Amino acid sequence: MNMFTQAVWIPLLPFLSFLLLGFFGKYLKGTTAGWLATVFLLGAAAISFNIAYEYFFLFGKDANGVYQTIVPLKMTWLQFAGGLSIDMGLLIDPIAVMMLVVVTFISLMVHLYSLGYMKGEERFSTYYAYLGLFTFSMLGLVLSVNLFQIYIFWELVGVSSFLLIGFYFDRASAIAAAKKAFIVTRFADLGFLIGILVLSSAAGTLDFQTLIQRLTDSTGEGLHTATATGFLGVSALTWGLLLIFMGGAGKSAMFPLHIWLPDAMEGPTPVSALIHAATMVVAGVYLVARLFGIFAFSAPGAMEVVAWVGAISSLFAAVIACTQTDIKRVLAYSTMSQIGYMMFALGVSGGSGEAVDGFTAANFHLFTHAMFKALLFLGAGMVIHAVHSNELKDMGGLRKQLPVTHLTFLIACLAIAGVPPFAGFFSKEAILHAAHLTHPAIYWIGIITAALTAFYMFRLYFGIFHGATSSHHGDSHHHGHEGDFFQKLPLILLGVASMTAGFIPFGNFVSFSGRPVELHTDLAFSILPVSLSLVGILIAAWFYRKPSEMPDKVAGFFGSVFTAARQKFYIDEIYLFITRKIIFKLIAAPAAWFDRSIIDGTVNTFGVAAQTGSESISDLQTGKVQSYAAWFVGATLLLIIVFIYFIH
Amino acid sequence: MNEVPLSHFLILSTALFFIGVFGFLSRRNLVTILMSLELILNSVNINFIAFNQYLWPGKMDGLFFTLFIIAIAAAEAAVAIAIILHLYRHYRSIDAEDVDTLRF
Repeated sequence: MNMFTQAVWIPLLPFLSFLLLGFFGKYLKGTTAGWLATVFLLGAAAISFNIAYEYFFLFGKDANGVYQTIVPLKMTWLQFAGGLSIDMGLLIDPIAVMMLVVVTFISLMVHLYSLGYMKGEERFSTYYAYLGLFTFSMLGLVLSVNLFQIYIFWELVGVSSFLLIGFYFDRASAIAAAKKAFIVTRFADLGFLIGILVLSSAAGTLDFQTLIQRLTDSTGEGLHTATATGFLGVSALTWGLLLIFMGGAGKSAMFPLHIWLPDAMEGPTPVSALIHAATMVVAGVYLVARLFGIFAFSAPGAMEVVAWVGAISSLFAAVIACTQTDIKRVLAYSTMSQIGYMMFALGVSGGSGEAVDGFTAANFHLFTHAMFKALLFLGAGMVIHAVHSNELKDMGGLRKQLPVTHLTFLIACLAIAGVPPFAGFFSKEAILHAAHLTHPAIYWIGIITAALTAFYMFRLYFGIFHGATSSHHGDSHHHGHEGDFFQKLPLILLGVASMTAGFIPFGNFVSFSGRPVELHTDLAFSILPVSLSLVGILIAAWFYRKPSEMPDKVAGFFGSVFTAARQKFYIDEIYLFITRKIIFKLIAAPAAWFDRSIIDGTVNTFGVAAQTGSESISDLQTGKVQSYAAWFVGATLLLIIVFIYFIH
Repeated sequence: MNEVPLSHFLILSTALFFIGVFGFLSRRNLVTILMSLELILNSVNINFIAFNQYLWPGKMDGLFFTLFIIAIAAAEAAVAIAIILHLYRHYRSIDAEDVDTLRF
């Protein structure tokens, strides 16, 4: 068991790198800081892979062949009354190990890639320090043993995301985006915190294993308390889970808390790949997966909400993605859409039988999505460096200029579009299969989303690499230059992963019960989604391969729907309306008035009264000793008279 | 011996006390003020002696207090004159009205 204690080094190594670079980074010349951080991360990745090997193949199973949850390290940090304590520790189970591999691998790729991408940046070492902080927080989140520990690291990833989005703080838009991301996710985390309090007060513990055990045991007291008490006709347990899911939805950019994610693309592109595509934004999925037992067994209502929020987000984001022209924003909406997929995969699964395969499918998609989405972002970074623009109209015909990027980007597009035998096909099929079993409506939403995904990804692909050579690129001195070896290596490795990750028998490793499950790849079932994806790709090719009038015609056909989608369905405007016109005017302004006039007014009145009062009697202090004596004598005489004649 | 009644002593000490207070409040010369203060102290001394004599003739407490007050008055006079000398050096005056800088 104790061999897994080595996992403590996985978060600590990036943290050490953060401390080193944070304190001494400015003394390091050139790319030394980056190499240092990369070496630290290589160590963390090596330990992660080692643990994955030991857990999945050697020591993870118990005598019955079921993967166990292992807690190699647990320290009590804060002890409250009644056996409630906040612990710090490590938790090793299949999803945690899977996430360790994903986070360290993607982070390593991003570290390598950034060596070239961020070269010459003034705050190069700060950038790597922040990457270290983020990786530390994310790994800590993955390894958390209890709800409160996960909350602490949850906030830490929020901070590192804030720092990295606002990395180019001389741009007003980057500052605004960083603040927006922080405030929106913080708002969601308020729900998370209240949810933690609700669940822990019902179950009397924060520890994941005990919590899940107490809240799924139908004879136990914890579950009884949690379901018996309620608010607005919904049980406390469901409220708690919904509030926790609100935190998860904020971090995972689920509708309607998604508004920060597209703006977060102001950060450096490798950061978008790491934080806003592969790791941090799936924290919400991870959180729901962590508490899956409670969701599935005790709160089917909350599951339903998870499923529908996921499904709506995935379709909604896919529609918007078709209309955006900034390539990073397209990828951002695509991320949101794919995370919606994972969410509804969790939401549609039941507690047992075949339906529980949704749990495996969601984690499988999380795994494959991390690979191809990181690849897409890193490829987009190459393209942006080559043309110095994020706009699709400034690109075109880049396939000769960026051959490696072209090939890997194509692989990633095929993977995300769900074309066999690339990675996305397998995980998407598993998800659709799970949805098909229990929620036909969500299954159809998934199918439509899959077709849209194929369309917008290939719109991007053809727009960037095919079509007319843009006027923009003749004047670039980067012409014909595709970055150094260490920039291409991550693309190639991730490309290989995107091609092969689907063949991993994922059900053998990650399942809710811990027993191997068989994920279905049924030929008859696959025909519909795959052919729809192919149609999406063909339409994209028809529209965008050569300059064509079709896109404008189709946009004209959809008219106001197209405009609304391009304006992101005015969600930002609705938020602004609610905050500025309703919250600011009706709540904040009266509160500010109350604060200024009543609270401050009272205090100021006391101050002014003391001041004017003392000023009015300060004339008595003449400095003349005889006048004091006269007052003294007079007052004494007065007191004598009072005491003799009036007080008996 | 014809006893002098207590009221005579008290009238004397009261008169002395108020003469002192009057001098303290009305004089401008600091040395005169100091002298008025001595009058006040001595009126108290007379009270002590008188009451000691009439209430507890066998005891000496009142006498000791008087001696004590005389000693303190001597010390206080020394300090007060030192202060007056310094004030004179500073203001070139020993008028109590001129010494009024210690105020808000």
